[in-house]
Amino acid sequence: MAVFQEIESPRKAEKAIYNKVIPAGEGWMHELLPGQVLRIVDLEGNQAVDTLFFDAENPEDHYSATATITAQQNIYLTTGTALLSESGKTLLKIVADTCGRHDTLVFACSAQSNTVRYSHDVLPMHNCRDTFMNLLANYGDTRYEKRDLAPNINFFMNVPVSPDGNLEFADGVSAPGRYVEMEALCKTVVLISNCPQLNNPCNAFNPTPIQLLIWDK
Amino acid sequence: MDKIWNLTLNSGGKWSGVIGAGKQIRFTALEDGANLSMLLYHARNIAERYNMPDTLKAQHTNHLTKGNVLMSDNGRVLASIIEDDLGWHDTISGYTTRAQTNAKYGVTRYQNIRNDWLRCGEENFTMELVRSGLQKRDLVPNVNLFSKVTCDKSGQMHFHEDHCQKGASVTLRTDMDILLILSNTPHPLDPKTDYPSVPVRMEVLPGAPVTDNDICVTHCPENLRAFENTWEYQLLALPN
Repeated sequence: MAVFQEIESPRKAEKAIYNKVIPAGEGWMHELLPGQVLRIVDLEGNQAVDTLFFDAENPEDHYSATATITAQQNIYLTTGTALLSESGKTLLKIVADTCGRHDTLVFACSAQSNTVRYSHDVLPMHNCRDTFMNLLANYGDTRYEKRDLAPNINFFMNVPVSPDGNLEFADGVSAPGRYVEMEALCKTVVLISNCPQLNNPCNAFNPTPIQLLIWDK
Repeated sequence: MDKIWNLTLNSGGKWSGVIGAGKQIRFTALEDGANLSMLLYHARNIAERYNMPDTLKAQHTNHLTKGNVLMSDNGRVLASIIEDDLGWHDTISGYTTRAQTNAKYGVTRYQNIRNDWLRCGEENFTMELVRSGLQKRDLVPNVNLFSKVTCDKSGQMHFHEDHCQKGASVTLRTDMDILLILSNTPHPLDPKTDYPSVPVRMEVLPGAPVTDNDICVTHCPENLRAFENTWEYQLLALPN
């Protein structure tokens, strides 16, 4: 898996049961029923969308980056990739992808990791992990706590890894209107932060809105 | 310096314990092909833990060796790699599960073969986490000492079978008080079909003070700032 499988979706926006635009710097936490399909649209191109998943029946079983990439023996995601939980359960499967490059290794930005990567002065800047923590606290289910914030996927983000072990943040390969679509195989809670990062090219230095659509089975 | 404590972890073995800041921990492979799965938590604030992505992106690398630090999700240094014979330790592949272990090496049960039943990272980590008052929610990407996995241009992961030679060692320095959890279980991508796990010796030695030209502090500006975050924590939180 993970040579880019460009597959367009047959689904039409008019038939979606849910359709919402999320501005940069904001987030979303929502439960998908089995069979529902979520599409994340990169409306203006090269916007990183930090996305984490939980087994809704057992939230301590979170999405696992290492289980997912090791199962397919590839660090990149595309159509056909099974998104696995820590216990090995398939939470979702990617069913359409028109971007071709999504990151599994660099997680969500935080105020603290920003001070390490850039300078201590950036401590006040908004970041994904703050959005995540706020969403968890307000979701209304105390089974979700800070310890549940495991490394997430960064859709539309380009982080190439070289054979000799270097890792870099490169300009994105996404473009306006590109999307990734995934089908829930079990009841899954989705946690999204539309990344506000301004210090590296993950949002092309211009964080922009995304669109979320859901279709029923 | 004389070691103050040591333990040999046999094939399939597990261990966890609190190790205070300022100590050195030397791991030595007692045979070829060792793999030691490892998790670290901040002993004084257990919600803070080793974070693989923060560690890798700050140091612009997808693997760990001398000069690298193991960062927490609070931008601090839990431990530093101060000596390394191998030049590469893996941290992107995770640990073995019960399902994988049964499928790859055959189903084994204590009832049948007693303490020779084949252990897995998932269960070893779970037991040690629960023992420390943590839960499965606290399972996160681990380090696999002694293993090398490279990624080619298409992202394909390749396990290097001849990487770890008998006698190879790697030394960590603890920079904060840590809860260390170890599982001496196979690497998930090791293709060998006869449970590839060999004994690993662990020695704890007194550490030396961290100087300004420390190899991990000076490795890159990001590491210096992570150390500054760590020293700030110590200044504010610890007794003088």
